[in-house]
Amino acid sequence: MKEYFADLFAAVTSIAKGMGITLAHLFTKNETQQYLSEENPGARWQSVIVPEGLLQDRSRMRLHVKIEDCIGCKQCEKVCPVDCIDITTEKREKTDAPIFAADGTAVKQKVVQFDIDMSLCCYCSLCVYPCPTECIVMTPEYEFAETVKSEFLYRFAKETPAPPEPPKKETSDPVAAGGS
Amino acid sequence: MGLKRPDLETKISNLLSPLVVAGAGGALVLIALVPQLAALIREQLQANLSPTAAAVAASAIGVGATVFLVGQLPVFLIWFERKVAAHIQDRLGPMRVGWHGVLQSFADGIKLVFKEDIIVNGADRFLFKLAPFLVLMGAFSAFAVLPWHTGLVVSDLNIGLLYVVAITSLGSIGLLMAGWASNNKYALYGGMRSAAQMVSYEIPTAIVILSVVVQVGSLNLQDVISAQLGGFGNFANWHIFRLYGLNVIGFVLFFICGLAETNRSPFDIPEAESELVAGFHTEYSGIRFGLFFLAEYGAMFFVAGLTVVLYLGGWSGPFFEGPLVFFIKTLALVFVQMWLRWTLPRLRVDQLMALCWKYVIPFAFLVLLVAALASAGAS
Repeated sequence: MKEYFADLFAAVTSIAKGMGITLAHLFTKNETQQYLSEENPGARWQSVIVPEGLLQDRSRMRLHVKIEDCIGCKQCEKVCPVDCIDITTEKREKTDAPIFAADGTAVKQKVVQFDIDMSLCCYCSLCVYPCPTECIVMTPEYEFAETVKSEFLYRFAKETPAPPEPPKKETSDPVAAGGS
Repeated sequence: MGLKRPDLETKISNLLSPLVVAGAGGALVLIALVPQLAALIREQLQANLSPTAAAVAASAIGVGATVFLVGQLPVFLIWFERKVAAHIQDRLGPMRVGWHGVLQSFADGIKLVFKEDIIVNGADRFLFKLAPFLVLMGAFSAFAVLPWHTGLVVSDLNIGLLYVVAITSLGSIGLLMAGWASNNKYALYGGMRSAAQMVSYEIPTAIVILSVVVQVGSLNLQDVISAQLGGFGNFANWHIFRLYGLNVIGFVLFFICGLAETNRSPFDIPEAESELVAGFHTEYSGIRFGLFFLAEYGAMFFVAGLTVVLYLGGWSGPFFEGPLVFFIKTLALVFVQMWLRWTLPRLRVDQLMALCWKYVIPFAFLVLLVAALASAGAS
């Protein structure tokens, strides 16, 4: 009997507590924001107006690489969980004129290829944190749909090697080809 | 970016939003003025028609007005629930169609009307088509006895509360029918669960209603309200403040039973999304699905309204009285229903039954007992 009333009391108090929490959330600031309708200023009055540059802190948008600052450390490539970053570097000769990134770090590797496949990118922003020269950043761009998937392969390096030739079509039937 | 989109939708909603806001304001004024309006209409009818024809015409107008109001209410309530849900979860909710999305439900309704009306293979076609109407009828005909003001009720039945208990249980037949006719195991589970739940919770509902009936001595809802008039500030006589505070328990019990009867969360196991796809309306699409929604929100409003009538003094209020007071009180209770829905998790079937039989029914009997003893002592 004692247990019965204890249960009842616990139920009532915990429901009251939960309702207090939800009521508090009813009046807190929203975590989400209205999709900014840039192309439709007339509709602004019906959405939450977010002035430019006031996107939320943790917004995940299109990636950009300031390739001049890249020192080719490949930390972003290693950390990327979906392997959408592809970097190739070449060692710079000691005799070449020294160049420096914006923060003064000497650039010892020549980045010949820096590809990001935005169709694979999961917008986790993990690549942004380890970058020692802060050259890979999230931009406020959020509308970049394309009609062709290959358009999503963003090539940031200035000297990108020619894409490898597609493998030549071999004989349609490998068994017949090998067996003869 | 920089892409110009044809924004017909925006233009339409820009045009309609002021209309809707004006309409909502107008509706509130109209609700406030309904008694005068009704008196005027009644006078005119009695002056120009024979007594029988006047009575028939008056009830026809009453039915028409109620059906219109009750038909519009869910549209508003669905939008309201979506906004409450969104803000409790720190989201925005519908924002695009009209001012803060007030027209969203209209847009959804139009979409539902135009959607294909699918009847699955192997369904019992007749029952499948009949079920939504039965559910809707069960939910909406209960409004016939809901009093909005003195003399302002579609049918002033002297057995109003009995009628309410009878007609609201019609809905469970409709739900069971929908589940059975769908020829789908999830739908059948949903229908069976809803039938079990509604039948179980009928008992405490009836007992709690009975405790009020014992205190008032009448089954008529207008009598229930007039028993609560007067007192300090015109609200001290409300039933919730009477019977040594035990009516607070009665009020809570009736509210719980109302949630269970309307299949609202935390008692929404008949349509438990995570277990049963959508429960009894899994196979429904188009406007038939819409009718189930209409019925659910109509029933929600009705249960809240009945709670207001039984415990919170109906249309009587401390500062002014009338349909608007009733409406505001009912909306407040509807808000609490929504608030609970987004707070509590769903009960299991056994927990649901345990709550009914081990907690609600004993306390309902306690309230009934004390009410009976008190009124026996008074008389």
